[in-house]
Amino acid sequence: MSLLIAEQFLNGIQLGVMLFLMAAGLTLVFGVMGLINLAHGSLYMVGAFAAAFVAANTGSYLLGIVASVVAAAVAGVLIETLVIRRLYKRDHLDQVLATFALILIFSEGTRMIFGSFPLYLSIPDALGGPITLPGGIEYPLFRLTLIAMGLLVAVGLYLLITKTRVGMQIQAGEADREMISALGVDISKLYTFVFALGAALAGLSGALVGTLQSVEVGMGEPVLIMAFVVIVIGGIGSIQGALVGAVLVGVVQTLGAFLLPIWSKMLFGSPDAGAVLSSMLIYILMAGVLLIRPQGLMGQAA
Amino acid sequence: MISERYLNIAIWVGVLGFALYANFSGETYWVTLATRATIFAIAGIGLNFALGYGGLISFGHAAFFGIGGYAVGILASHAQSFTPIYDGFVTIDGTQSMVIAWGAAVVAGALTALLIGALSLRTSGAYFIMITLAFGQMFYYFAISWPAYGGEDGISIYVRNSFPGLNTLVPFQFFCLVFTVLTIVILLVRTMNKSPFGLALNAVRQMPQRVETVGIAPFKLRLIAFVISGMITALAGAMFADLNRYVSPAMFSWHVSGEIMVFVILGGVARLMGPVIGAATFVAFEEVLGRQSEHWLIYLGLALLIIVLFAKGGIVGSLARRGTARHG
Repeated sequence: MSLLIAEQFLNGIQLGVMLFLMAAGLTLVFGVMGLINLAHGSLYMVGAFAAAFVAANTGSYLLGIVASVVAAAVAGVLIETLVIRRLYKRDHLDQVLATFALILIFSEGTRMIFGSFPLYLSIPDALGGPITLPGGIEYPLFRLTLIAMGLLVAVGLYLLITKTRVGMQIQAGEADREMISALGVDISKLYTFVFALGAALAGLSGALVGTLQSVEVGMGEPVLIMAFVVIVIGGIGSIQGALVGAVLVGVVQTLGAFLLPIWSKMLFGSPDAGAVLSSMLIYILMAGVLLIRPQGLMGQAA
Repeated sequence: MISERYLNIAIWVGVLGFALYANFSGETYWVTLATRATIFAIAGIGLNFALGYGGLISFGHAAFFGIGGYAVGILASHAQSFTPIYDGFVTIDGTQSMVIAWGAAVVAGALTALLIGALSLRTSGAYFIMITLAFGQMFYYFAISWPAYGGEDGISIYVRNSFPGLNTLVPFQFFCLVFTVLTIVILLVRTMNKSPFGLALNAVRQMPQRVETVGIAPFKLRLIAFVISGMITALAGAMFADLNRYVSPAMFSWHVSGEIMVFVILGGVARLMGPVIGAATFVAFEEVLGRQSEHWLIYLGLALLIIVLFAKGGIVGSLARRGTARHG
């Protein structure tokens, strides 16, 4: 039993780091440009489809992953220059509607190209099979790789933002937009870069998660909403908050879905009540955080 | 440019006239379309109350639409199987009466809105959008995972609920009922807008600090507005359940929240009849384009994008001049 719980816990971490890849882009775009982007889930989908398509045609999983990052970043640059940049000065209502429209366009566009049937990405041979972890846990190597990649990206983002020139500009952009453009930073290039970065991360996580599940139209939407829960819990605009929130949501969701039906069966003789509760658990967690800290765990007071 | 008042009357007459024409030329399918548009209009009026007048951008109104639908579906399913909903100190039976079921839907909508509102109104701006969206999704998962009422399959209502003095199975009679409800809701919203409550709500949207200094608590006003908004949308959900004689978790889907918002934006935010013309346009769009192409949503997306980027104010905003200044 404790081995099973340990395995589910790792699954929770794995879900958490993938959610972080989504939430990091969303929260960066919000922090720097003040934009709420519902179409972030579409970029996740674009990444997954690009990976499935390229991997199927070249036979190389690695090329598929590269394609997911490139395709999502290109799609990001495209929608940023065509649509999104007109929205920075608009109110949130316009942003929500325009990006909702983008979801409809992306989803139906993908359906027109690839049809309604799901595509599948298979785990590369080198990463197939389980490995034994200290403590005797048999755990799929691929999932472990996802955790490692997610953490690697988190460290990379941290270094990018704190140690590089463009990272300084991003931080400055979060603090005072007018000032950095007055100091001669090409703000519109910076915005495009930040948006493409977020898009690339979303595309990467789409391809990786798509390997575990399936690649289909609409796959990004539940993930998008979970990423919103992550951001609300972690604090909007905060990358550290996104990481903490994502891991918390991932673990609570996974352990809840595993343990609550078991407990409910022990207490009431039926797993149903536990299953119902576990489907609502992360939202209850979000409600709890709102009651105690409306600005999120790591957010500054609004 | 015509006065908004005349345009409003024209919209009202237009919807009624279309249904009358459809009925007397024997096109019952068109009558059903008009009913669908009317129900969507009520859902939109509900959202417009929070969004337009209260400035509360809720992306979770599908929760109320779904709750209203499920209230009707659950009551009807118990009436169909002759099993009580609750059998303890008192016995609560299911019902196939529209009056009771729609009333229950409105109460359920109010309670849900009170819960969601009390939590999400602690925040504002982008947070509020994300939180309402997330809570809406919570109800979606709840409906899917709750096996007692059909889970993913939803609930079928075998015979449309009844209303005293009407045969609700006749499409035109059902339309008349729904259209009467729409008219009452419009008149109620109009009265509320002109009441001290409506004026204070309007002021809270434009200048919360100033309202606070004269001793009105913005939170309380917003919460009341949110609850009223949820009640109206839940009523629409109840009628939608009766129209389709079927409820499913899809009513809770966040796409429904988005569509209700589209009715409001298409027609014109904070315009009394905006959601009516918006919903009618949406249904017409869906009908005409849906016949041309199974991928009609891509055209809806493009149209919506163009409207948001280039045409502010919606249909009412581009046809009518403002009666009174509303946006400060």
